Amino acid sequence: MKRLSALFLALLVASATLFAGCAPKVTSDTEPQQQPEGQQEGQQGEAGTISKEDMVVGFIYVGPIGDGGYTWAHDQGRLFLEEQLGVKTIYKESVPENQEVEQVLRSMVDQGAKAIFATSFGYMDYVEKVSNEFPDVKFFHCSGYKTTANMANYFGRIYESRYLSGIVAGMKTESDIIGYVGAFPIPEVVRGINAFTLGAQSVNPDVKVKVVFTSTWYDPAKEKDAAISLLDQGADVIAQHQDTAGPQQAAQERGAFAIGYNSDMSEAAPAANMTSSVWNWGPYYVEQTQAVMDGTFASHSYWEGFSEGIVDLAPLTANAPEGAAAKVEEAKAKILDGSLFVFEGPLKDQTGAERVAAGVQMTDQEMLSFDWFVEGVEGKIE
Amino acid sequence: MEGFWNIFQAFSVVLVIGGTPLLFATLGELLTEKAGHLNLGVEGMMLIGAVAGFAAGHFTGSPLLAMGGAFLAGGLGAMIYGFLTVTLRANQVVSGLALTMFGTGISSYLGVNFIGQKMSAEISAFFSPVAIPLLSSIPYVGRVFFRQDPMVYLGYVTVALLGTYLYRTRIGLNLRAVGENPGAADASGINVDLYKYVHIFLGGALCGLGGAYLSVVAVPQWQDGITAGRGWIAIALVIFAGWNPFKAILGAYLFGGLSIIGFYFGNYFSAWNISQNLIDMLPYAVTILVLTASSVRKSKEKGAPKALGVAYYREER
Repeated sequence: MKRLSALFLALLVASATLFAGCAPKVTSDTEPQQQPEGQQEGQQGEAGTISKEDMVVGFIYVGPIGDGGYTWAHDQGRLFLEEQLGVKTIYKESVPENQEVEQVLRSMVDQGAKAIFATSFGYMDYVEKVSNEFPDVKFFHCSGYKTTANMANYFGRIYESRYLSGIVAGMKTESDIIGYVGAFPIPEVVRGINAFTLGAQSVNPDVKVKVVFTSTWYDPAKEKDAAISLLDQGADVIAQHQDTAGPQQAAQERGAFAIGYNSDMSEAAPAANMTSSVWNWGPYYVEQTQAVMDGTFASHSYWEGFSEGIVDLAPLTANAPEGAAAKVEEAKAKILDGSLFVFEGPLKDQTGAERVAAGVQMTDQEMLSFDWFVEGVEGKIE
Repeated sequence: MEGFWNIFQAFSVVLVIGGTPLLFATLGELLTEKAGHLNLGVEGMMLIGAVAGFAAGHFTGSPLLAMGGAFLAGGLGAMIYGFLTVTLRANQVVSGLALTMFGTGISSYLGVNFIGQKMSAEISAFFSPVAIPLLSSIPYVGRVFFRQDPMVYLGYVTVALLGTYLYRTRIGLNLRAVGENPGAADASGINVDLYKYVHIFLGGALCGLGGAYLSVVAVPQWQDGITAGRGWIAIALVIFAGWNPFKAILGAYLFGGLSIIGFYFGNYFSAWNISQNLIDMLPYAVTILVLTASSVRKSKEKGAPKALGVAYYREER
C-alpha cells in the first residue's frame, strides 16, 4: 500500500512538473490600446469587418523565439503588426510539426483569433484540415503550397537576397573558397546555395562554394563545428542556411568572415559578419491582418521578393569589401527593374552540362523543386 | 597525402571539442547509474547547467564561478529527481523524463534575457586553448589532445578521478555495492539513501558542466535549447562504455567524431556512395550491438548495475 501511494504521489509531482514545463505557452503581451477619443466612428457596423478591439491574431512558431534566427524574425513581424495596427496577438513557440498543431490552432480560435499565421512547412496539412472546420477564420501558412477558401500560403524569394550576399562574399574571398553550412539538401536550401554561388561568380568567376549539410536546423555547436571544418579546408568566408549564429562565431574565432541568415547577425560576430540575408515579415502581416479586418481577404499564394520588401539584405558592415555596397545596390536595382533574373540561363550543373539554355528563365515550379547544384558548388545532394 | 593528414588532424581537434560535453554528461549519468539510478533527465540537467553557467559567467565575469554555478545547478536539478526516486521511490523513468521537460522549460524561461548575448571576452580568453609543455609537442597527439581548452583537460582529470574512485577506493566499492545489491549494502552498514543522494547530485553536477561547456566555452553564446539532444546521446554512451569511465572517454570522442566526420570527409563518402544518414545512425547502431553483445555474454564486469532502475525498500528485504 505504501508503495502504491508513494508511486501515486510521485506521479502527481512528476505530472505537475511536466505541465509546468510544457503547458501551452499561449501568451498575450499587448494590452488593448486605448483609443483616442473621436476615432471610434467607422470601427463597427459594416458587415464582414472586424474592429481593432475584437481583432486577435495568432502565430505558431516551430522554434523558440530565442533562436535569434528564423522564429525570431517571424516574431519581429508579429511585434511590428502590434505596433502598426494595435491589434492583440497571441503566439505559441516550439510547436512540433505533428497533430499538436491542430490543438494549438483550435485553442487559438477559442481565444478569439480571427487570423492565424502558421510559420513552418510541416504545419501545412493540419492547417488545411482546421481551416475547413472554421470557415470564418483566415489561415496563413508559410512556405507551403496548399490553399483553401480561407487558407492562403506565403513565402519570400530569399534567393534574391542570397544572390546579393554572394556578391559580397565573392569580392571578399582571397582563397576563392567560400564555405556554406546548410541544414538539409532540400529545394529551399539548394536554391539558396545556387543563388549565392551565382552572385559570387558574378564578381569572381574562380570562386568555389564548398557545402556541408548538418542534418539539423537548430544545433548551435554542431553548426559551428561544420563551419570550422570548412575553414579547415581553406574557406575564408562562411555563409549559412541555419537558424543559429554558430557559423558566424566560428568565422570570428578564426579571423575569417561571414554572411548571416534570417536576421541581422552582425552583433553575434561583429568582427566577422559582413551582412545577412534577412526576412522582413512585418509588412505582409500588417497588410493581411488589415485585409481580414476590412473583410477584403482573398485566398492566395504569395511568393514575392525585394519588390514587396518581404526579403532584404542587412546593411553591409565595415567588414565588407570596398566597393561591395555599390555592386550590391546596382544588382538590387536590376533585380527590381526586372533586368536581372537570378536563375536565367545559361546555367550549368556540377558536371558542366547545360541545364538552362541562354536567355531562358527558370519557372517558379522549377525553382521550387531545385535538386541540382550549379557549376562551382562542391557538395552533394543525397 | 599531406593534405589528407592535415585535414585528419584538424578533424581530430574538433572531435575532442565535440566530444567533451558528451564526456561530462556521460560520466555524470554513469555515476548516477552506479548508484542504481537510471536518470533520463540528462538533457534537462545539461540545460539547467548551461543556463546557470551562462548566467553566473554573465553576471560575475568569473570563469570559475560560471563552471561552479553550472556544477551546483546541475546537481540541484538532479536532487528533484533524487527526492522523487530515493525518498518517494517513484518510477525512475517517469521522474527522469519529467526532469528533462522541467530543465528544458526552465532554461528557456531563465534564458530569455540572454538571447543572442555572448560570453565576455575575459571568460572566453580564460577558456581558450592552452598548450601543455612537452606533451603538446608530440606529433598529432600533442596538437589534438594537449593544445585544448582547460575544460578538455578537466575532462581527462575527471575520467582518471572517477576511475580511481570507483575501482580503487572503499567508498567507490560501497557505491558499486549500492548499485548492485542495496539490500546487502544496507546490511553491511552502508547508508544506502545517503550514497544515492550524493551520487545523484554529483552525476547531475557533471551533466551541468557538460551543458555549460556548450554555452560558456564551445559556442559561447546563449541559444535556447543549446544541447540539441546531446543528453540522450550520453545515456546511450553509458551503455556503449559498459559503465566504465575509461571507455566513456573513448565513446564520447568516437560519438563526437562521427557527428562531424561528414563535414571533413564528405567527398570520400560520396565517392564511395556512403550516405550521411548512415553515418549519423552509426553511433546508435553500435550502442545496440554493444548492448546485445554484453547481454549475450552475461558478462559481470560489463553489465549494468544489477539494481539499476529498481527502487529500494528497506522493509521488504
